Amino acid sequence: MSATSSTSTSVDGLAVHVRGLTRRFGDFTAVDGLDLDVREGEIFGFLGANGAGKTTAIRMLCGLLQPSSGSAMVAGVEVGRHARELKRRIGYMSQRFSLYDDLTVDENVEFFGGIYGLEGAPLRERSEELLPLLGLADRRRTQAGALPLGYKQRLALGCSLLHRPRVLFLDEPTGGVDPVARRRFWDLIYAQAAAGTTVFVTTHYMDEAEYCGRVSIMVQGKLVALDTPGGLKALTGGRDMQDVFLRLVEA
Amino acid sequence: MKRVRALAAKELLHILRDRRSLAVAVLMPVVMVALYGAVIDMEMHDLPVAVLDQDHSDNSRELVRSLGAGGFIVETARLEQAAQVEPGFRRGAFMAALVIPRGYSRSVADGEPATVQVLVDGSDAATAAMAANYLQAVVQREARRIAAGSGGGAPAFTVRPRVWFNPELRSAHFVVPGLVALVLMMICAILTSIAIAREKETGTLEQILTTPIRPAEVIAGKVLPYVGLGALDAALILAIGRFAFHVPMNGSWFALAAYCLLFIVIALGAGLLISAKSPSLRVAMMAAVTVTMLPTMILSGFMFPVSSMPAPLQVLCRLLPATHFLVVLRGVMLRGVNWFPHETAILAVQAVVLLVLAIRSFRLRLE
Amino acid sequence: MNDAIVLDGLFKGYGAVPAVRGLSLSVPAGTICGLIGPDGAGKTTAMRVLCGLLRADRGAARVLGHDCATAALEVKRHLGYMPQRFSLYPDLTVGENLRFFADLFDVPAAERKRRDAELMAFSRLEPFRGRRAGQLSGGMKQKLALSCTLIHTPAVLILDEPTTGVDPVSRREFWRILRELAGNGLALLVSTPYMDEAALCDDIVLMHAGRALAQGTPAAVAASFPRRLLEVTGADLIEAGRRLREASIVGLDVQRYGDCLHLVHDDQAQADAAARALAGTGAVLAPLAAGIEDVFVEMMSRADAEVAM
Repeated sequence: MSATSSTSTSVDGLAVHVRGLTRRFGDFTAVDGLDLDVREGEIFGFLGANGAGKTTAIRMLCGLLQPSSGSAMVAGVEVGRHARELKRRIGYMSQRFSLYDDLTVDENVEFFGGIYGLEGAPLRERSEELLPLLGLADRRRTQAGALPLGYKQRLALGCSLLHRPRVLFLDEPTGGVDPVARRRFWDLIYAQAAAGTTVFVTTHYMDEAEYCGRVSIMVQGKLVALDTPGGLKALTGGRDMQDVFLRLVEA
Repeated sequence: MKRVRALAAKELLHILRDRRSLAVAVLMPVVMVALYGAVIDMEMHDLPVAVLDQDHSDNSRELVRSLGAGGFIVETARLEQAAQVEPGFRRGAFMAALVIPRGYSRSVADGEPATVQVLVDGSDAATAAMAANYLQAVVQREARRIAAGSGGGAPAFTVRPRVWFNPELRSAHFVVPGLVALVLMMICAILTSIAIAREKETGTLEQILTTPIRPAEVIAGKVLPYVGLGALDAALILAIGRFAFHVPMNGSWFALAAYCLLFIVIALGAGLLISAKSPSLRVAMMAAVTVTMLPTMILSGFMFPVSSMPAPLQVLCRLLPATHFLVVLRGVMLRGVNWFPHETAILAVQAVVLLVLAIRSFRLRLE
Repeated sequence: MNDAIVLDGLFKGYGAVPAVRGLSLSVPAGTICGLIGPDGAGKTTAMRVLCGLLRADRGAARVLGHDCATAALEVKRHLGYMPQRFSLYPDLTVGENLRFFADLFDVPAAERKRRDAELMAFSRLEPFRGRRAGQLSGGMKQKLALSCTLIHTPAVLILDEPTTGVDPVSRREFWRILRELAGNGLALLVSTPYMDEAALCDDIVLMHAGRALAQGTPAAVAASFPRRLLEVTGADLIEAGRRLREASIVGLDVQRYGDCLHLVHDDQAQADAAARALAGTGAVLAPLAAGIEDVFVEMMSRADAEVAM
């Protein structure tokens, strides 16, 4: 409906445009006046301590939580006003995969495709394109529960990409996998970004923060830093991102 | 002992802090008794009955008058001839018809078997059975009265115990003890079936197992708080039955409480056994409903008399704790008998066996 | 062997699926041993055998000299175990959780009060004593879980991925606490998927697919790297990676590590070829001593290659 009109008001070239985004729970302010711009096709690292408000912020950006005040445009849609249209344009994958363990790879793909209204030939075409890319082409009849963790993560990523989202939210996507599988996963993220998808990612692996184009660090509901990894290291004098994080969060 | 107390205290906190589950555990019995009681009570009110009096004597008029005395029957139609009965049934004008044949008064006076015909619409079997029973009871009472008054011979009827002890056939009297059994089974078995399975699912069991705890301590700690909850539920049901539905209490409250506690332990044992055996919360809950609630509802004699079931099912009925518990409850409340050696023995054995099995099947390892 | 924790040739499977295939390790009192590896490497299974939660198929597991299978009760008295999932009661307060575990371990009242005060002070949870465990932040939950495993003053502590999903600041504080405990004479076995935590252990075991890929002190494990390593910095890494791929230098493995590339190779010819491929990109190549993650990746690919053959 009015989703198209809200698209026209989007800021050019920005996949995420946030101003003064705030969320209170009773007396507690979980997210406090967040300002943030993420360019289309950027890989944006969203870091912070546990309980700093990252999850609350991501939930608002995904339309799962109403902001108390402030505004946020994601993929050209006003968050909190056009939740359904927003969800058509974004993909979301968390460490707690939403896959069904007792369904096969194909059945999971079919289900998640169906949710986004994708079926028949277009769905087949899309999964023919994605599954080889994810290294899942020869595992289509395997139940998701029987896949090694690295494959599960790639399947979850694939399911969140079926509807060609413009912005992809990844909430600690690589927890628990081995270093090799982690690098494979990041290769996939790079490929998506190169194809124009904006990637918004949280992680506790600080070496992964280096893989992001820009990184923000959140402390107690506020952004304390936002720059390229190199810029942050120069700013804080940290050796690596681990060091940067410790310096900024403990400051 | 300290460990049992610690577990019981912790379990009690879980119960008290989970307000919604607690509300269900307390409100469910109240709602069930209120609904069952009200529905069944209504059913037996104002049952439409037609009368065809072909005798036209004082005795027959007296019989018709006494029909309405209990308030269960309303005389809806006075028929003139037998041919009117069937159309009346078809229209649904009445559920039963009492036909007093010519010569009724004389046979009664002579001490001969009086043939009074009771016609019942069998399409609603439960109501029909109650109507037939009630009408029969009224007729028998009349017959005794007449026989006593005339100083004639003994009444030519045998009297059934059910009618004797529940002379007005008030279903609430019969149903409330059944509800005690049903609700105790549901609350105790289902809540405890969740108790261990939930800890398996959340991972807290893994932590507990690495302490020097013994299986019997786990089971005891889990049972104790629920005994209290079960006792509270039993008291609620009995209180509502007593004060709202005037269910008689002819036996001793102490005996009643003791038997309820015994039954609660059985239900808890069943729940814990299921919980210890189930791999997940979902399986535990479904198993608890299937194994405890449904049989208690259908096979215990709560709704359908055990004596009228096929023989193989009767065997199953006798294995069910609720069957024996119902015998005891109805006995204490309606008949005023306080000691049931046979049932007590069976229930005690069942309680011990279930608890031992629950302890045995509780594994200190994760495999 | 007199070490506090001993695994000797442990084998353990679930049905036909092997989880641990021949693992040996020993942890002396006063030291921290890190079990490092991804999910599914067999870390949790090995730990559960030590806690008496699982029975070994083959091999021995001992804690303070007691056999974990036959003397489980004795083992449990001296052992604190923190499972991977947060396994306290979210509807109980901090104080109630602590009290519950003290009672399960039969801690006498006076001892309990003293211990409670100590643990609350060192975990800085005292202000939150009345708060429900479910409402604590991730880092605080971990500290409460640790406190509950310490309430009976165990001599051996087994922690299964205590820092997974915890931010770097909380992780650092947690490790500081672990080091303090080791200083008090406890033997600690800690599993983690974070390679950078290896440096915080006295000994490490790199685990993959139920086996140890390498074990020893972190320095010895790092020194056991069997190949040569170059670090590439100062260039656009994506461009550099593309060039190296196109040059398809036989025997050269390229891995991205944060803001640099690691070039794993065997001889000077490969290094020269890589330098030629990167000429003009501004890339700086420098020899580099291997880290734990380099060892892990190398050993893991060798182990997988063996399985494939």
